[in-house]
Amino acid sequence: MKKLTIPEEEHMLSGHTACLGCGATIAMRYVLKALGKNTILSIPACCWAVIPGVYPHRTLDVPLLYTAFEVTGAAISGIREALDAMGKEDVNVVGFAGDGGTADIGLQALSAAMERGHNVFYIMYDNEAYMNTGIQRSGSTPMGAWTTTTPGGKKRMYKWEPKKSVAEIMVAHHIPYVATATIAYPEDMIAKLKRAKEIKGPKFFQILSPCPTGWRHAPDKTVEISRLAVQTNVFPLYEVIDGKYKISIKPKNPKPVKEYLRLQGRFRHLTEEEIEKIQRHVDENWKALLKKERCSQEEE
Amino acid sequence: MKMILTGNESAAWGARLSRPKVIAAYPITPQTSIIETIASFIANGEMDARYIRVESEHSAMAACIAAQNTGVRTYTATSAHGLALMHEVLIWASGARLPIVMSVVNRAMAPPWSVWTDQLDTMAERDSGWIQVYTQNNQEVLDSIIMSYKIAEKHNILLPTMVIEDAFILSHTSEGVDVPEQKKVDDFIGEYNPAFKLDPEEPAGFGSLIMPEGPYMEFRYKMALAMEEAKKEIKKVVEEFNETFNRNYSPFIEEYRTEDADAIMFVLGTIGSTAKDVVDSMRSEGYKVGVARLRYFRPFPAEEVRRLAKKTNMIGVVDRSYSFGPGADLFAETKSVLYNHTDIPVKNYVMGLGGRDITPAILRKVFLDMLHIAKEGVADKEIEWVGLQGDERWS
Amino acid sequence: MSVNLPEDPTPIAKVPSTENKTGGWRTFRPVIHYEKCIRCYICWKFCPDAAIHFAPPEAHESPKEALSKFDTVEINYDFCKGCGICANECPVNAIELVLEENFRGDEE
Repeated sequence: MKKLTIPEEEHMLSGHTACLGCGATIAMRYVLKALGKNTILSIPACCWAVIPGVYPHRTLDVPLLYTAFEVTGAAISGIREALDAMGKEDVNVVGFAGDGGTADIGLQALSAAMERGHNVFYIMYDNEAYMNTGIQRSGSTPMGAWTTTTPGGKKRMYKWEPKKSVAEIMVAHHIPYVATATIAYPEDMIAKLKRAKEIKGPKFFQILSPCPTGWRHAPDKTVEISRLAVQTNVFPLYEVIDGKYKISIKPKNPKPVKEYLRLQGRFRHLTEEEIEKIQRHVDENWKALLKKERCSQEEE
Repeated sequence: MKMILTGNESAAWGARLSRPKVIAAYPITPQTSIIETIASFIANGEMDARYIRVESEHSAMAACIAAQNTGVRTYTATSAHGLALMHEVLIWASGARLPIVMSVVNRAMAPPWSVWTDQLDTMAERDSGWIQVYTQNNQEVLDSIIMSYKIAEKHNILLPTMVIEDAFILSHTSEGVDVPEQKKVDDFIGEYNPAFKLDPEEPAGFGSLIMPEGPYMEFRYKMALAMEEAKKEIKKVVEEFNETFNRNYSPFIEEYRTEDADAIMFVLGTIGSTAKDVVDSMRSEGYKVGVARLRYFRPFPAEEVRRLAKKTNMIGVVDRSYSFGPGADLFAETKSVLYNHTDIPVKNYVMGLGGRDITPAILRKVFLDMLHIAKEGVADKEIEWVGLQGDERWS
Repeated sequence: MSVNLPEDPTPIAKVPSTENKTGGWRTFRPVIHYEKCIRCYICWKFCPDAAIHFAPPEAHESPKEALSKFDTVEINYDFCKGCGICANECPVNAIELVLEENFRGDEE
C-alpha cells in the first residue's frame, strides 16, 4: 500500500546519460507519467537528443522521432496529421524541445504550428541556455547570467537583456492552453498536463528545468532551486486557458530574489545594485501577471 | 482521359493519383500552381489528404519527414530558394530512408532575382541522397511522380525522389496529357507499406546518436547500395509502367537519332525537345548529329553513358547551371565516368542560365561546333559559355 | 566483399537503456536510514534517474507501527548517479550521502 501524489506509471527508464541532478530528465519523467504510453515524442537537437544514450539504446517507453534543431513545430504537425489520416486520433503527439530550440531557432516553426491549431503538445524544457553545446546564451537566458558566450570578462559582458517570455508569445497565438510549470511542483505540472490532455488543439508548456552543469549549482540543489524560482516570483506558475490567466501558486511572502541567485554560480558575479535591478524586473513581471489575472476575472 | 494541363497541373494530377495522405507545402514562384491545384482537389473532395500549409519550405520537408515516419505517403513541391532552404532536411529525409516524393520546378538562384528556369537549384542538391529525375514534357511530369512512388517505396530502396520540371517552359505551358485512370494507378503503386514507423506499441528512437565506432559509416554505405540498387528498380518499374500505361520511356537515357552520329548532344530536361527538332533539320541537310537526354541524374547511369560514348566521336554536354569547378555538373560527371573508357572529346556548353532562351538557332551553332571537334578529334576548350551578350560567335 | 551491416535501413534504437549501469558514475552513495524513513516517497518522486523503487512494507523495518503497512523504498545502485536530490529533499533527513569509496569491495 502506498499513498502517491503523482502517477506510479513510469515510461522513462534508468540508465540514461543525463548529467547528475538533471532537471530536464525529471521534467520528462513527469510528462510521460501524465500523458501515458499512448504518446509519440519528437525531440530536436538539445540535451534530450543525447540523454536517451547512444544507438541502439532508448530510454523512453514511447516512440521518439529525433529531428533537426529548428523543426519541432513542423514535425509534430506532420506526426499529428499522419496519425489523424490513419484514424489514430487518440495518440498524444508531443514536441519536447529545449529553450534554444523553442525561443530561438525553432520559434518560427513553433509559431506556425500553434497558429494552424494542430492537436499537439509542445513542451519547452527551459534550462535557460544552450546546455547541450556547452552553456551558450539563448533568448531564454535570464538577466544577469554568465554563460560561455556571455563570459563577463573585463567588460562584464554578461547576459543583461531580459529573458524572452515565450509563454506570453504563445498566449498571443490565441491557442486554447498555455501553462508554466517547474519540476519542484510535480503535482501542479501533472494536473496541468492532464487538464490539457482533455483539450483538442495546441497546448504549450514552459517547464523551468534547472541544470546543475550550466547554472553552476550542486546537483542535489536542482529541486530546491526550482522551488525557489517560484517562491521568489522569478518563475511564476500559471496557466492561460482560452486566454484567461490563472496563477497556480501565489507565494504569501515572496522570498528575495537574492536567495534564488546565490545558490547558482552563474550569478555569483552580481553586485548588490545588479541584484536590485533583477529584483525590480521580477517584481514588475509579477505585478503585470497579477494584472492579467485580474483582467481575466473581471471579464467573467 | 485526355486533358490539357500545364506542367504544374500535371504534377498535381500525378500527386493526386498517387494518393499521398499528408501534403505539406509552402508557395514559391513558379511552383505555386501545383499546390493551388492540389488545394482545390482537396477542397472539392476529389483528393483525400491532410494539407499542412506550413510557414516555410524547411518546415514543409520537416513535416513530410515526420508524417512519412509516422506511416503515411507524403508529397510536397518547391523550387530554387525553397529547395535551398530545405537543404538540411533533404539530407535528413534520405538518411532517415523516407520515400518522400517532391516536385521541383527548376528556377535560377538569386541574386540577381530571377524566377526563370536554371538547374543550379537541383544540381546543388545532387549529394543530398535523393533520386533525381528530370522531365521533358508534361506527360513525363505526371507519369514520373507515379513511377517515383513505386520505386522509392521498395524496401530495398527507401530513398526520397525529386521529380524535376523546367520553370515556365513546362510549369506554365499547357499540353495534351493522358491522365491515367485512378484504378490503374492504384493497382500499379499499391497501398503504402512502410518499412518502419512510429508506433506506441513498439517504442524506438528513430535517428539517435551514433559514435564514430558505431555504424554511422555502415548506414551511409547502405544508402550507397540502395542508390545502386535503384538502377535495377528504375529499369523494372519503367518497363512495367510502359506496358501498363502504353508509354515509351527509356529508363535512363532517351536517345534520338544517335545511331551513326558523329556528335551527340547530352542534355537534361526540355532542352532535349528543342535539340531533337534541330537534329531533324540538320539530319535532313546531311549532318550526322543526335541527342541524348538524361532522365536520372541520381542514380547516375555510368554504364549507359559509357555505352552512349561508344556510339559517337564527340559528346557535347549542355548544362543549364554552373558549378565553379571542373565544368558544370552534368559535364563533370559525364567526363568522370568516361575517363579510362574512351578518348573521344567531350565539351561543356554552359547556356540558358537564368531562363535565357535556348533557341534552335543557338543549338544549331553548338552542333556545328561539336561536329568540327568530332572531325578534329580534340576540343578547342573544355568549357564554353554560350550566348553571352556581345559574343558574336553564338548570336 | 563481406561486411557487417546493420539490419535496419536507418538507426532505430530499440535496446532499453537499462543496459547502461550508470551507477558507476557515482561519487556519493545515498544511504537510507530506514529507522528515520516516514515512507513519504518524496525521494522516489524527484529522482532524475528513476532509480528509486518501491519494496514491500516488510522489506525494511520501521519503528512506527502506523507506517509499517506502507510500502517502503529502495535505491537501485546500478543506476543511481549519486546526485543527492533525494537526500536534499528528504523532509526527515533519513538519507545520508556517503563517499562511494567507503563501499569499495562490498558485495551489492
